[in-house]
Amino acid sequence: MYDVAVLGGGNAALCAALVAAERGARVIVLERAPRAFRGGNSRHVRNLRCMHTAPTDILTDTYSEDEFMEDLQRVTGGVTNETLARMMIRASADAPRRMRRFGVRFQPSLRGALHLGRTNAFFLGGGKALMNSAYAAAGRLGVRVVYEADVIGLSIRDGRFESATVRMAGGETRIAARAVVLAAGGFESNLEWLGEIWGEAAKNFIIRGTPYNTGTVLRLMLDAGAEPVGDPSQCHAVAIDARAPKFDGGIVTRLDSVPMGIVVNKCGDRFYDEGEDYWPKRYAIWGRLVAQQPDQIAYSIVDAKAVGRFMPSVYPPIVATSIRELASSINVPAGTLAATIERFNAAVRPGTFDHQALDDCHTEGLVPNKTHWAQRFDTPPFHAYPLRPGITFTYLGLKVDERARVVMKGGVAENIFAAGEIMAGNILGRGYVAGVGMTIGTAFGEIAGRESFRG
Amino acid sequence: MLAGAMRKAEHEMVVCNACRYCEAYCPVFQAMEERVTFASGDLTYLANLCHNCGECLYACQYAPPHEFGIDVPRTLSKVRVESYEASAWPAFAAVAFRRPWAATLLALLVSALVIAPISAPVARAFSGAARTLRVREGDFYSVIPHAAMVTLFGIVGVFVVLALVMGHRRFAATADLEGPRRTGESPRRTGEGLRHGELSSRRQAASDVFTLKHLHATGEDCVDAEETRRPWRRWMHHCTFYGFALCFASTTAAAIYQLLFGWIPPYGYTSIPVVLGALGGLGLLVGPAGLFLVDRGRDPDLTHVSERSLGAPFLSMLFLTSLTGVILLVLREQPYMPALLVIHLAIVLALFITLPYGKFVHGIYRAAALVKFRREEITK
Repeated sequence: MYDVAVLGGGNAALCAALVAAERGARVIVLERAPRAFRGGNSRHVRNLRCMHTAPTDILTDTYSEDEFMEDLQRVTGGVTNETLARMMIRASADAPRRMRRFGVRFQPSLRGALHLGRTNAFFLGGGKALMNSAYAAAGRLGVRVVYEADVIGLSIRDGRFESATVRMAGGETRIAARAVVLAAGGFESNLEWLGEIWGEAAKNFIIRGTPYNTGTVLRLMLDAGAEPVGDPSQCHAVAIDARAPKFDGGIVTRLDSVPMGIVVNKCGDRFYDEGEDYWPKRYAIWGRLVAQQPDQIAYSIVDAKAVGRFMPSVYPPIVATSIRELASSINVPAGTLAATIERFNAAVRPGTFDHQALDDCHTEGLVPNKTHWAQRFDTPPFHAYPLRPGITFTYLGLKVDERARVVMKGGVAENIFAAGEIMAGNILGRGYVAGVGMTIGTAFGEIAGRESFRG
Repeated sequence: MLAGAMRKAEHEMVVCNACRYCEAYCPVFQAMEERVTFASGDLTYLANLCHNCGECLYACQYAPPHEFGIDVPRTLSKVRVESYEASAWPAFAAVAFRRPWAATLLALLVSALVIAPISAPVARAFSGAARTLRVREGDFYSVIPHAAMVTLFGIVGVFVVLALVMGHRRFAATADLEGPRRTGESPRRTGEGLRHGELSSRRQAASDVFTLKHLHATGEDCVDAEETRRPWRRWMHHCTFYGFALCFASTTAAAIYQLLFGWIPPYGYTSIPVVLGALGGLGLLVGPAGLFLVDRGRDPDLTHVSERSLGAPFLSMLFLTSLTGVILLVLREQPYMPALLVIHLAIVLALFITLPYGKFVHGIYRAAALVKFRREEITK
């Protein structure tokens, strides 16, 4: 009999396990992935959004609770539980110090060669290094970690968790515990589930993170009468290189070329303002935009002038010396593409190009116009990058209260807690702002760890 | 078109450059970010910047078994050894990097065959007439005449220095050390400023080398295995490096004693050459033995076998040089001193001969790469 069973193996799960174990609890972590791929989507993350009232060794300037809250209100369009959000924000202030006591390391300032963030503290080496530190700490605290442990059933009686049925080590085992922390992520890697929402289009989605977030625990809880939160039909999707692996491609599959050129669909037509705003502020809408195109594919096209103006990408561009040649290499009707570019070139107004500012280079009379960084296509060779929707996470989750307890249809469950992506929808009903997923996971993981074991 | 390890290194650097999560670990990633494409010169430079600390393997979300299969420390260690081979002078000697034990044993054999005949005991055994020639206690020159020793080590020394200089020249070309950065930006400093920058970059690189900064650049020591950070690799390297330096200083001091002041050895146990030599010898016993054990305990995924195999022969030679030297110092009054001296000198000679064709060159090429790194940093 364990005091706490943690279902999941990412940052939220380990925060809960470590805090509970530190307080003396006997803890078991059931991680579905094999050891090499442990850590859920946390293994792909880079930083943690933190409020702070003075500069620190890892954060510059200040980032107040209210500013953090405003950012959250802005990206979610107000679809957030402000009480829970403010709890999380306040907890984030001291989160780096608390994580450091478990051996987590943050990126220091390197003589100004690398800039520290103002709003986000960067993990030294990124999320996988973070998870390595957390698992090492779990080992020191005597937490039992089981890899390749697939939770297939939950025994919940009168709103109380009794045990989990787990497929592990070649057999089925019942794991009983006085409390359970659900930290098993969303359902973004469950292609069948995505298909129920998006139909045939889902087949062309690429999953940016772990293939193990199939939403098994989420589904079991919803079936057991847990209150859902977050739009069940929505997911966070960005446009990534279509040549990315189906799962786990992570950060390197992103493409930053979009604002420097135009984007066409497979018919050779433009469909959205590529220069609407700085790319980090816009990349999250492009997943949906590409998903709405025929066959869920699009092509970012730039000419030689743009090379070196965006982060290098992992896959080489498709290169051609003429638009017609390019059209045939990417299988887009050459006549339409040539006409699109001709119209675009004719619509470009003179301006002063500056790829680091919202410049005055724009088009007039097009539908849609390009409002910044619009330059004529006149310098071969031309480069194309194929784009597909890359799913980051899903919004559907479990409703929780201020003690991270799961809210069931019949009332709050006393010994069932949730943390991380599985409950992120309480705070992030819509949208995303960098590093906030880690803040949610850390804050609620720690709350769940404390609340699940009161000594 | 790149091939083999170079091709793999290029693939890995392209993935790394699109990720950049490791940028705070070490100069490899900071230098990488200054580049968009990776030619063989860039890869050779980056490979020799890498101290094989290992952090980036464990931090990598794309490490095997991920299909991208990124293992930067191991891949760069392979490229590094290939650059040692490519820089070897004369070129045929590159084979020593592929068969390090064979090369070392061959060098030992040759050295023994050169030293033994010029030593008095052997000469006496062959001539028979020299029975009256007596070995004086503690007097090495009565075993091997001073002129013979100076001539032999002088010739070998000149050759070794020449081989190292030529090797460095070839390496500078291979690693594009003088070449411009590939970002197309021109350095901001020119003229006097740039010269000042060059001096300053050499000074900074020297400090990086002498403190092994990049084996604890983040404030913590490098890893031997996942989440296992220990100071031993750095400390044992310091023992080896400074032990070697002290032994060199000891020999220099002895030369000054003899040539400048006309003081003839043996020197007393409290004399400068003996004290420096004893301290250095201690370092060269502890350091190489420690490094050998550290290497054996490290995760084999961190280092390509071609680099791992260079360690033991070089460490053995350093250890044996010191061991026989210390024994000789302690037993120099004993009747079997001549045999010990012949063995010691054969090992020292073999160590010298193998310097340009083994692990030793890593120090020169690493230092050269660090100078380039500091220069790029200044002109950024």
